[in-house]
Amino acid sequence: MSKRITIDPITRIEGHLRIDVEVDGGKVTKAWSSGQMWRGVELILLGRDPRDAWAITQRICGVCTTVHAMTSVRAVENALNLEVPVNAQFIRNMIISAHAIHDHIVHFYHLSALDWVDVVSALKADPLKTAQLAESLSDWPLNNKHVMVQTLEKLKSFVGSGQLGPFTNGYWGHPAMKLSPEVNLLAVAHYLQALDAQRHANKIVTLLGSKSPHIQNVAVGGVSNPIATDSQSVLTVERLLKLKMHMDALGDFIRKVYLVDIAAIGAFYADWTKYGAGVTNYLSCPDFPMDTKGTQFLVPGGYIPNADLAQYKPITAFGDAYLRDGVEEGVKHAWYEYSKPGPLHPYKGETVPKYTDFQDDGKYSWLKAPTFYGKRAQVGPLASVLAGVAAGHQPTIGYANKVLDTASSLLGSKIPLAALHSTIGRHAARAVRCGVMQEVMVQNWQALLDNIGKGDTKTFNKPTFPKGEVMGYGFHEAPRGLLSHWTVIRDGKIANYQCVVPSTWNAGPRDDSDAIGPYEASLMDNPIADAELPLEVLRTVHSFDPCLACAVHVVEDNKEVVQVKAL
Amino acid sequence: MRIVVLGVGNILLSDEGIGVHAVNRLVELYDLPEEVEVIDGGTSGMDCLDQVSEADYLIIADCMRSKKEPGTITRLTGDQIPAFFKTRISPHQVGLSDMLGALNFHDMMPKNIVLFGVEPLSFDLSMEPTPTVGARLPELVELLAGELAEIGIAVTKKAA
Repeated sequence: MSKRITIDPITRIEGHLRIDVEVDGGKVTKAWSSGQMWRGVELILLGRDPRDAWAITQRICGVCTTVHAMTSVRAVENALNLEVPVNAQFIRNMIISAHAIHDHIVHFYHLSALDWVDVVSALKADPLKTAQLAESLSDWPLNNKHVMVQTLEKLKSFVGSGQLGPFTNGYWGHPAMKLSPEVNLLAVAHYLQALDAQRHANKIVTLLGSKSPHIQNVAVGGVSNPIATDSQSVLTVERLLKLKMHMDALGDFIRKVYLVDIAAIGAFYADWTKYGAGVTNYLSCPDFPMDTKGTQFLVPGGYIPNADLAQYKPITAFGDAYLRDGVEEGVKHAWYEYSKPGPLHPYKGETVPKYTDFQDDGKYSWLKAPTFYGKRAQVGPLASVLAGVAAGHQPTIGYANKVLDTASSLLGSKIPLAALHSTIGRHAARAVRCGVMQEVMVQNWQALLDNIGKGDTKTFNKPTFPKGEVMGYGFHEAPRGLLSHWTVIRDGKIANYQCVVPSTWNAGPRDDSDAIGPYEASLMDNPIADAELPLEVLRTVHSFDPCLACAVHVVEDNKEVVQVKAL
Repeated sequence: MRIVVLGVGNILLSDEGIGVHAVNRLVELYDLPEEVEVIDGGTSGMDCLDQVSEADYLIIADCMRSKKEPGTITRLTGDQIPAFFKTRISPHQVGLSDMLGALNFHDMMPKNIVLFGVEPLSFDLSMEPTPTVGARLPELVELLAGELAEIGIAVTKKAA
């Protein structure tokens, strides 16, 4: 007999996501992903000055501030056909790579590692054995026995105090927890060290963006960072050198800790390479433009149908027609109503709510269902990494091989690239992309220095708004995947604005042809050891790094942080 | 001494943003010494961690649902605050409580924490608070300034 499980909300950060699954014979047979809050934030932009849209859209979400700011200025620049000075591209590129690295490190260590790591089991670890294991995997200086002994003591006093704090919702002792006490202790040590690592990323964003969490330095047409090598208040040589120090520290952590930990978790949980593939049409966009127009990018992106890398089709420039013309959003299963049947292109997007109850076969989500040329697509670091491999992008291939090789040697058998189409593969891809982005960040730093050295200190092209109507869209490969903002500007004012966000692509409900979305598809056939404690569902959904604040609107209720209802 | 005044909330959702409006107003109205750092935290959690860690005082302004009259301002301190975070009252508390939890685990908790919570009336889409809650904004700003004065910080109103 099948059993229905409802988890609401499932996110540890921003937003409300409800997941329903039916379990039969110990595995998931049906799944629903539902955004539980209405998002109408685009409506606030109507009639406003397009030069202000970035500052407003970065308030949609507390986690993804920077990415909305960047995508918004790109959309308006695209509408105006406005080029951006290369210095501005370099500065923006450093901010978005630092922000993404910050996001990925926090997601893995502080938000999702607890799905795999049993913190209480770490109390039983032998710290000397932990250090031996850690030192055999990496020459990271903080893998020694003193660090492990200290970590164990800290954990003991913390658990003894009864205040589990960030670990409150852990599934301690769950049968699906497979790591030895020593590996669990190692993970706790790195959890602590990751906090220092993410600070370096945050410092880069703050130094360049002038303020964190909400950066202040972007503008339609460039950035507002004046460059003067001899002034105290602006981007000086001293500040630039400081940036480099933070970038190098991040590189060490990513290469010696994050990529190694991911490989180890992947090897110990190798069975999870078999679950969670879901929708294997992958959509990503190129990013880190190095020219004024946005036609040369450091990292490629594009579309891969049916997990077939040979059919990869690249997206090549800002304003790319292949991406522009392929995106639609449907509301057959979402709590909206359109003025006419069928899905709509974002330029023609409508945001009119029509709430019903949660209907299994009808409407059940505040998220719309986006499609690319009529097909569902998965977005996120995995889509980007697969595009990189398909395009022959050497840094991506290098880091992907490093993770797969390390995991294979720990497991004692070869793990192929195809293993990435999985729950654990999404985590691996996130670490791979971090490695790539750290290199990108340093390249942009060097490019900025070289360009300033040539005497070019330009950072801004002034926008002018024509009479009549123009439209444009901006894309960005954000931490959670492809983000696009679409705007129609009439007589210098915003006439329509739609954000098609990564979590809408991944967490959206069934589409107009009743095809299930990536979250839903990825849950199918997941094993469920204990329906009362559906840790496996959390693992798969968390592997997408769900963040629904921008996908949906805030709700007023008094629910517990995580509520599991087994019906 | 290092003091952090943190405004929390989403300024796109009317009363949700009251904490951010309050700290912005505080900076507009008062000259504050360098040891006071005022942060518009928005709905971010972990992003503020660096600035908040090891502060001597953390003063938070936020909207808070506690089933009181809309606009009611409640002051919580020390031990009352972890209790507050156990039930879901503020929609972004997960970010904030994760941040405080992480600081606790790292022995980097601010020595003193004070929270001013304002009961919201509406979370409708608007960049202004509702009149009911907005009317309490001057009082909230005075409470923040008063809290700083209590700690012994020289707060002086800017010349009009």
